[in-house]
Amino acid sequence: MNREEGAIRLTRIMRDIFDSDDLQYRDGLTINSVPGWDSLGHMRFLNAVEKGFGVEFTSGEVDTFENAGNVLDAILLREARV
Amino acid sequence: MTGALSDLPWLVPTPPDFKARVRAALSGQSVDPLEVRKLGGYALDLSSLDLMGKLVRQHRAGLIRTAGLTPFRLGIASSHTMDHVASALPGTALRHNLVVDVVLAGMGPAPPPLVGPESVLGRADLDAILIAFDYRVLGLAEAQLTPHEAEIAVCGAIDFLTGFAAGVRDMGITCILQTLVPPVSPLFGSLDGRVPGSVRAMIERFNEKLVYEVAIERDLVLDAAFLASAVGLSSWNHARDWNKSRLPCALNATPLYADHICRLLGAACGRARQCLVMDLDNTLWGGTLAKDGLEGISLGHGSSVGEAHVALQRYIVELRRRGVHLAVCSGDSETNARLPFRKHPEMALREEHIALFVANSFDTIGNIREIAAILNITTDAVVYLDDDPAQRARVREVLAEVAVPELTADPADYAGLLSTAGYFEAAKFSRDDMERASFFLAYSRGSDSDFSQYLESLEMVATVAPFNATSRARITQLMNASGQFNHAGESYSERDIETLQNAPDKFCMKISLADRFGDNGIVSIVVFDCSKPEWRCITWLTLCRVAGHRVEELALATVARAASEAGAVRLSGLYSPTARNGVNPEHFARLGLTRKAIRSDGGIEWVLDLAGYEMPALPFAVVRPNGLANHHAA
Repeated sequence: MNREEGAIRLTRIMRDIFDSDDLQYRDGLTINSVPGWDSLGHMRFLNAVEKGFGVEFTSGEVDTFENAGNVLDAILLREARV
Repeated sequence: MTGALSDLPWLVPTPPDFKARVRAALSGQSVDPLEVRKLGGYALDLSSLDLMGKLVRQHRAGLIRTAGLTPFRLGIASSHTMDHVASALPGTALRHNLVVDVVLAGMGPAPPPLVGPESVLGRADLDAILIAFDYRVLGLAEAQLTPHEAEIAVCGAIDFLTGFAAGVRDMGITCILQTLVPPVSPLFGSLDGRVPGSVRAMIERFNEKLVYEVAIERDLVLDAAFLASAVGLSSWNHARDWNKSRLPCALNATPLYADHICRLLGAACGRARQCLVMDLDNTLWGGTLAKDGLEGISLGHGSSVGEAHVALQRYIVELRRRGVHLAVCSGDSETNARLPFRKHPEMALREEHIALFVANSFDTIGNIREIAAILNITTDAVVYLDDDPAQRARVREVLAEVAVPELTADPADYAGLLSTAGYFEAAKFSRDDMERASFFLAYSRGSDSDFSQYLESLEMVATVAPFNATSRARITQLMNASGQFNHAGESYSERDIETLQNAPDKFCMKISLADRFGDNGIVSIVVFDCSKPEWRCITWLTLCRVAGHRVEELALATVARAASEAGAVRLSGLYSPTARNGVNPEHFARLGLTRKAIRSDGGIEWVLDLAGYEMPALPFAVVRPNGLANHHAA
């Protein structure tokens, strides 16, 4: 999976979780920049990403997630390690 | 059971068009109750539940009015993050015949005060408060190495809970106590169970005291500890999410947690399911009677399939013993269908367990409706059990309010799916519950006196009172709803109700009904014009949910008494048989009303001369808090 494919899958999850069909992915999308992406929405989002990509983030990773790009980085890094 | 419990395996998976359908419902002006019931009936995950919550909030009033759902206001006092649980509750509640509003207060048992009339919860006009504290804030997170210290720690936690619960009860609000979920990590290992001060032992002791010492009869107890153990403690507890956001359980388990809260609320309001309607072939036994014959069906020893069906039957017999009505609905001929119940040695279910035996070639939908009607319950109190996916889909499509557990291809799963679905959740249990099903069975065999016994066993308490400010919103909803005995099609605003309440020439009364199944809330509303010696009925409604419970007779008796005391000579009214007023005309005779005239539109003018009226003996204890003439019906 390259970054572009990852972004497409991540966008699909974000659109579903934040209930917005026209959400456009950017690495710089941050918490509170999308309606519904509040602290509760954030936990739901991570839960859906974990299910969708079959990964489980560590506490350290979760602490550093400030935007969508960070989440995508963490997913890709795991793929690279395998 | 295959599949995780937290995935709600008794529900149908959420279809791909779910979100589009919710959005369509959100954009509509009015609400289609059937569609909302269908949408709420899927195995919804957290984000789908969040979306359903929006739909419920938007159409709240319409759902209460047209879908027959009971409104419930729940407060949550917690020591941790319950926002995700709160957002899952309104969508979940639809499955349990409720429209739930949630008010959150927390975090922490420390200030701001959570209880007391001026607290957030005290001002929120709540029906119940869930007290959801975590063992960590109750001082039970560290092992105590002497039994004495352990006792002090447990008693400290219990004292705190006791005081908190008393504060909730003092506000006149139902208290929901929740058992503590233990952590998964042992200190000593198996020895933890034998060391009184281990965290696990202290939590077990706390839970025991909570259930047997803190909880009083009118409280509810949510057994989170058992739920978590059923899911698996290592799946329920999620260390990372606790650390990050103080989530009390894994997000994946939250829909199940919400379901357990809602089933308890449903039970407390008398909205839990009361009847199990069963298909026969491949459901109660393996194979088909018509093809395999009595000797050929799989049942009992000798095969895994036969054992699985007996296990299901045994569980169903247990349900029957605790008061759940059982009905058979089969497409076979009655003689054939009854054969295994009479002759098969391995049948755990026998004829005497079955309240209604419906075996005919008619449509299942009609049969389920008929069964509910005869049992005097609404179809939203019915569970339909059938191995045939097509039949299940059809019932869900037409009768979305009937609960239809999704079954796997393996009958070994049936008993587990039926029980973990929690359809028959009870808030309390007594000897009368055991006897209720027998009373009904006797009644169904033709004895009226047994039906009276059945009604007596419900221990109904009717509260008769004038309208007041706190009940005005609910009265307004009901006045605009269906199932009315006398309704001219007007719509009422809360202000109209206030005007009625304060008018000296109007007699306004509401009847609330509680029984062994729970509190039904207001079930009947009566408004008469009392300006003349002939009191004229303006509105008379009774919820169809309590049809047959003789509430109309109590209403009439109360009005008749009040009218007599005021010097009136007669009661009169007009019954308009519209789609909204589906009352059997025989009703008049039973109530003692006389048909004076039948109008060209089918409307019936009825009268009751007070001089000749005698009040019947009724199966209620009657409570009159204030304002209405005092007399006892029972």
